[in-house]
Parts: sequence; structure tokens; C-alpha cells
Amino acid sequence: MSYLRLEALSRRFSAVAGVFDLSLSVERGRTLALLGPSGSGKTTTLRLLGGFESLDGGRILVDGEDVAPLRPERRRFGMVFQHYALFPHLDVGENVAFGLASLGVRGVEAERRIAESLALVDLAGFERRMVGALSGGQQQRVALARALAPEPRILLLDEPLSNLDPALRERTRRELRALIRRIGITTVIVTHEQEDAFDLGDVVAVLRQGRLEQVGTPEELYQAPATSFVASFIGRASWLRGVRAGDRILVEGTEWRFGAGAGGGAPGEVRIMIRPEALRFAPVDPSGLSGTVTDRRFAGATAFFLIHTAGGQVVEISAPPSAAAVGDRVSLFPVGDPADTGAVMHCFPAESL
Amino acid sequence: MNGPARRWIAIGLVVALAWAVAYPLLLVAMESVRGPGGFTTDYFVRLFSEPREWQALWGSLWTSVASVMLAGLLGIPLAFLFEWCDFPGRRLLGAMVALPVVLPPLVGVIAFLFLYGETGFAARLVQTVLRLENPPWRLEGAWAILLVHAYSMYVYFYLLTRAGLARLDYAALEAAASLGAGRWRTLRRVTLPLLGPSLRGAALLTFMTALASFSAPYIFGGGFRVMTTQIVSTRLNGDYGMAMAQTVVLSLLALTGLWLIRDGDVSGAQSAGKGVAPGPRTIQSPALRLAATMGGWALGVLLLLPHATLLLLSFVPVGTWTVETLPPAYTLHNYIALVSEPERLRPLGNSLWMATLATLVALLLAMLAGILVVRRTDGWTRAAERLLSLPWLVPGTVFAVALATAFSIHAPWAGRVILVGTIWILPLAYVIRNLPIASRAVLAGFRGLDPALDEAAASLGAERWRTFREITVPLLRPALAAGATLAFVTALGDFVTSIILYTYDTRPLSLEILASLRQGDVGVASAYGVFLMALSALVFALGSERKVVIR
Repeated sequence: MSYLRLEALSRRFSAVAGVFDLSLSVERGRTLALLGPSGSGKTTTLRLLGGFESLDGGRILVDGEDVAPLRPERRRFGMVFQHYALFPHLDVGENVAFGLASLGVRGVEAERRIAESLALVDLAGFERRMVGALSGGQQQRVALARALAPEPRILLLDEPLSNLDPALRERTRRELRALIRRIGITTVIVTHEQEDAFDLGDVVAVLRQGRLEQVGTPEELYQAPATSFVASFIGRASWLRGVRAGDRILVEGTEWRFGAGAGGGAPGEVRIMIRPEALRFAPVDPSGLSGTVTDRRFAGATAFFLIHTAGGQVVEISAPPSAAAVGDRVSLFPVGDPADTGAVMHCFPAESL
Repeated sequence: MNGPARRWIAIGLVVALAWAVAYPLLLVAMESVRGPGGFTTDYFVRLFSEPREWQALWGSLWTSVASVMLAGLLGIPLAFLFEWCDFPGRRLLGAMVALPVVLPPLVGVIAFLFLYGETGFAARLVQTVLRLENPPWRLEGAWAILLVHAYSMYVYFYLLTRAGLARLDYAALEAAASLGAGRWRTLRRVTLPLLGPSLRGAALLTFMTALASFSAPYIFGGGFRVMTTQIVSTRLNGDYGMAMAQTVVLSLLALTGLWLIRDGDVSGAQSAGKGVAPGPRTIQSPALRLAATMGGWALGVLLLLPHATLLLLSFVPVGTWTVETLPPAYTLHNYIALVSEPERLRPLGNSLWMATLATLVALLLAMLAGILVVRRTDGWTRAAERLLSLPWLVPGTVFAVALATAFSIHAPWAGRVILVGTIWILPLAYVIRNLPIASRAVLAGFRGLDPALDEAAASLGAERWRTFREITVPLLRPALAAGATLAFVTALGDFVTSIILYTYDTRPLSLEILASLRQGDVGVASAYGVFLMALSALVFALGSERKVVIR
């Protein structure tokens, strides 16, 4: 049985806002990332776990014990808040000591554990600094040390990287992942950045309007999106209309073969998700999907091209920067073995999204 | 506190506040239309038909409006000068400009009397220099009141304008300049409109304070009538129904003023922009620089003169100063009298314990309201907040009359007990007068707290009481200190409500000052004034401790 189980969590703010019938589980020592746009209920879910929102229904099981009736101070969950919520009138050491005092840990033993926690986040010797004098990255690490010092059962992280500038963000993410793995603490992390979720989460749950869209490993989400929302929220994608018949598909009169795992959609009208790497250019060839390059965006090793098809659709392709120029007429073909197209092309019922 | 408990405490708070704050006002309104034979509008008919009555009403109105204009004319340019220009002594003078605040109203008024009154220093000096037979002027009537008001109330404009300037969106000014607007046009079309809320806030504060002003018209009014003094004299004449009607009209005048200037921003909280505030510019021209320096120091001296006058006179023995420009003899006797004679020491003790108690109770109620109001809003908490600020909306005289009316008969079934004549009526009045001051500061403090801090403490295993003790209270300290300081100083120097409600045993400092003055004991009156002034300054100094940074 999983260490942390969320069973049918519900918290209704209104008919569309809140969390509705959400069930998830996390194995001991693993990390669950809650990913979704704003208003998807991911922060509410985290606050329900922390005990800062009251449940309208459902259970929160930690090692088989339902903690939902417990007040936040009894749950022994550590939380790192989005803006860190460090106590501004206390120094770094006193901030870290705060949670230890709740456990009755004081004096020399407390000093030892404070030093230990600070060393863990690479802030050894920072005990007597005032938190207001620290940089954003340092404040975040103090918040982490403070949450970890009382050895919580679960670690909750609310958008832990959103307040850091891009350069620091990358590094902090790596350090955070290493730290979580090293301690082996069961962690739930909230983020609206796919990169953060993929990097930190062993399992990623995609939420939308308070409901679970899909849960799985990052690879599963990318290669087999369960819904068109997940398909477009995760990774880059453009969409084409087509008609499906068995393992074949017709797009503007061009026929493509689709492998297994290329998604649902009964025979008939479908919408096809196209990853930028799914199609390649070829010189004008009547057997390919033809169109005109209308935009090219240089991105280093590759470039992104926008192609207006003859049928009036728009699709985005990545290719070597020199592959085409704006105004070129081109034909498009699927890349590689048709049996593998599931990862980069995916069919959904026409009325979806 | 969970839901139901919180709710019951909120209801309890609203009921208690309604009883102490709203109910007495309601009783006054009822009494104003109750004659011997039931309902009557006689008092109001008389109020608007007798010239001396509506003259008082008109007097209150126009002096208040004039006070706003004078205070603005003084305070706004001063704020610009101190915020935007640099000259020697700017910092020291900038702090001194707020000096009139540490002068309780009555003390300020008597200082003016000794300084600019017909036997004051200024008049004597002019008389001596010009070799006049008689004092060159009498400090009496509307212009005397306006002089005192301008001196004490420009501070509102000065402080709020400076606060507004400090938070101004300087990017807007830069934008105006880049669009080709000259300095004058930028000032008129951009700066002043952006300062609008601060200026309206200052106008509102000045108008309400001037309308409620009692000490200046009481001492300097002479034949000039305003509503506050009119109410007290009508009551003294035993015409209680009429006094009630006057009280109602004065309240309505205050509420009308409030309504007309309603979007004034007294706290000055508006979102800060991103432009870069220019540092104070050093004045380049040597002549202008000299002028600003001289002007600044002259102003400083002018502001300090009342304080200096009191201090000087507090060392003058009774009856030694007659015709000389400066008093000929000095002694410590007045101060010794203050502490050695039990009857003279008593008002000091009275004012101290009543002001302390009133400050503590007001702070406790404000804290309770803060806990209830800030995290959760419902009908009850909104009602509590309105009731807490109500005493600010009506002049002190009105509240004193209301309390005197409500608590002068024994009718427990109607929520009325006899407090008038007991030692409890003045502390109650001070508490009520302190509620808006204390709750404004404390609620602002609560609102400034990041709610995540409470949650962080809970997630670290702290019970609510520990969170309150170790997180909430320490972070509220600046707000509590600010609220306590203002409340204590206001209660300590109170004259308006005291003169209506005091008993001989609980007579506060202000009434003892008045009594000493009436007996011609200028030295002792000044010594009391110096004591009040020094204590107020000390409390302000203690209250403005280093601020803890709140995110």
C-alpha cells in the first residue's frame, strides 16, 4: 500500500472552483508533482494536505492513518511556502529551531539539529543571520531547512522555484532533486512549470479545473497523453483535422499510416496532435502534405517553422535552421517508422478540446 | 478558535461596542425630540430660528473650512520643501515641523495665550518697542481660533503630503516630462492629482479636528460662538433638550463633512509605482539656499516658541511678573509644588492611571477585533469594524454629552447604569475615544501580516496560542506601539470630554491646568503643561522604536 494516499478529496469553492473527487497515491520516498495551469486546484490540493483548507469529503492516509481530522500542527508535514513565510523577526537559527521546539527539542540537541539541517542546504554557519538580509535563493534554502529539521513525514513544496531568476532556478532545481533523493522523504510539489514537474516528480499528476486529467511518469504523459488537454499542456503541439480509418489517416487527401498507441478516436473525424519533431520537410511531392512556410523562428540547433497547408490549417515543425525559408513551398512527411508515431502524433475525437 | 466560538466572540464584541458606542448616540437623538409632552421638534425649530444658535452653527462651519485651507496653505508647500529640497538643517527641521503634535490641545492653547495673548511675550515686546499705552492686540475671536488651528493642524497636511510624495509614482512624472510638460504643468496635472487621496485625507482630518476643536474656542472664543462651546454652555444653563439638539446637529455636520471628503486616504496606503524617486535636490543658487536655510530656521524657532514659552513660565514664581518684557525672577517652586502638595499631585496620578487603563482596554479590544476581523469577514465582523471607527466620526463633545446622557440614570433593563459622577465614566470615555486610534493601527498591523506565517508556524507544529505569542504579537509590535502611543497621549491630554464628565476626585491634568489658570497661577499651569508635553514627547520617542521589517 502506498505511503501517502489521497482518497476522493473534495473541496468546493463553487461549481467550477475547488478540488473534485481527487484520488492519488505516492510511494514512500517518491515525489509527486501536481501540475496544472492557475485555477486547476493544485495549490488547493496542497493546502488540503497541509491542513490549511477544510475538506468537504475524502480521506488523506499516511501509512494507513487518516490525517484529515488532524489540525495542521498535528500532522507532522513539513511545508515550504511559495514566498517562504520565514519569520522576519527571528534569525535563521531561530527560524529552524521553531519546529524543533514544537517537538520539545531544545538546548544542545536543538543546536546540533539546526546545524545539521543548515549544512544539508549548504548554509552551515548561517545561524545568526537575519532572514531579511539573505538573498532569495538563501531564503528558500532556510525555508527548506526549517521544514526538514523536525523530520516531517511528508514534505510539501508550493511553487518552490517560482521566485527565483532563471539562472538560479536551473541550479536550485538540480540541488533540490538531489536533496530530496538523498533524504528519501516522500514529497508533494506544486508547480505550473512542466520542466519543474518533469525534473522533480517521479510521478506527475496533471490537474484541470479541480479534476485529475492524467497521472503518470513524465514519459507516459508525453508519449501517451490521455486527453487533448494533457497533450497540449505538456510539450509543444499543433493540431490538424483528419479522417481516421483503421490504422490509416487522411489529412487533406494525404494518407498517413498510424501505429498502435496513437490514441483513441473511433473511425471518422479526428483531431491529430502533432509534435514539432513528428514531421519532416521534403521537396514538393504530391504524396506529401503540401503548404507554404510563413514563419521561421531560430532556436539554435533547430528552428521552428510555421506552415500554412493548402487546406488552410497551420502546423509547427522543428527542423535544421537551413531546411527552409519563409515563402518556400514544401511537402511534409511523417518522421521514421509509422509504428512509432504514437509518441509524436496522437489522435483525439474531433469534438475534444 | 474554531467557527462557532469565533462567531460568538464576534457577536459579543459587537454587542459590547454597540452598547458603549452606538447606544448613547441613539439616546441623544431620541432625547433631542422628546419634550415634556412626548415628541417635539421645538428644540430644532429654536435652533434654526434663534440667531445665536445658527450663528454658532455657521461659526463652526466656516472656521473649519478656513482651518482646512490655512493648514493646507502651510502644510503642503512645507512638505514639498522638505521632501524635494536639501539645505543645511533639513533633517532636524523636518522632524521639528511635526512638533505641534506633542502639544495636547489645551496646552497648545495656553502656550499661545502666554505667547501671543494681550499680556503675552509678543504683545509686551511690541508694546515696549513701540512705547504703546495699551497692548497692541487682543487674542480673541475667530482669527485667534484660526491661528491656533493653523499652527496645530498644518501638521496633518505636512505629514500626509510627505508620505504621499515619498510613495509617488515617479515614473508618471518622468513620463509627463518626456511628453514635454514643463515643471508647473507636471505639478498641476500629474503630481497634485496623484497626491489627491493624501490631500483629501489631510483635509478630512483637519476638518474633523477643527469641527471638534474645543480648547481654542473655549479659551479664545470670547463672543464668537461655535457648536462645541455652545453645547457645553447650553448644558451649563440647564437647557438639556436644546443641548441634545445641538449635539445632533454637530454630529450631522461632521458626518456631512465626512461624506463630502469621503474618499480621502488617511493612512496614505496606495500602491507604490516603479519610478525612481529623486533624492532631495540641493539648492544650487547661494542666495536661494541662504533664504531656504534662514526661512527654515525661522520656522523652527516659530514652531518651538510655544514650547519654550511654557518652559520659561513654568519657572516663574506667582505674582512676580507684571510689566516687564521678560519675567524678572525664576524658581523651581512650581515643580516642587506639583509633587509636594497631594492635591496638586492627584491630577497627575488621575490622568496617568486613566490614560493607561484606557489605552490598555482599547488595545485589547482592537487586538480582539484584529483576530476576528482580518482573517474572516462576515456581517458581525464588519459591524465590529464600523463601530470601532464610529467615535472618530463624531466630535468628542458629542460623545461626552452622549455618555453623560446614557449613564446618568439607573435602568439596567435598558442597559443604562449610573456612571456619571463615579470614577469610571472618564476611563470609559477615554476608551471609546481611543478605540478608532488603537483599532486603526492594530488592524493595519494585522492586515500587514502574511497569513502564510501563521500557516508556517502551524505546519511546524505550533499550537495557536504559541503562534500568537511568538509570531503574531512580536510582528505586531510596531503597530501596537503606534496605537498605544497615540491613544495614551490623546487620553493624557484630553480636555473636550473631561470638562463635561469629570468629577472632583477624578479631575485630570487638563482641568487642573484650567483651574490654575483661573486662579492666576500661571507658573503651576505651565509646569503642568510642561509635564504633559514632556511625557507626550517621551511616549512618542519610546513608541517609535526601530521597525521590524514585514515582508
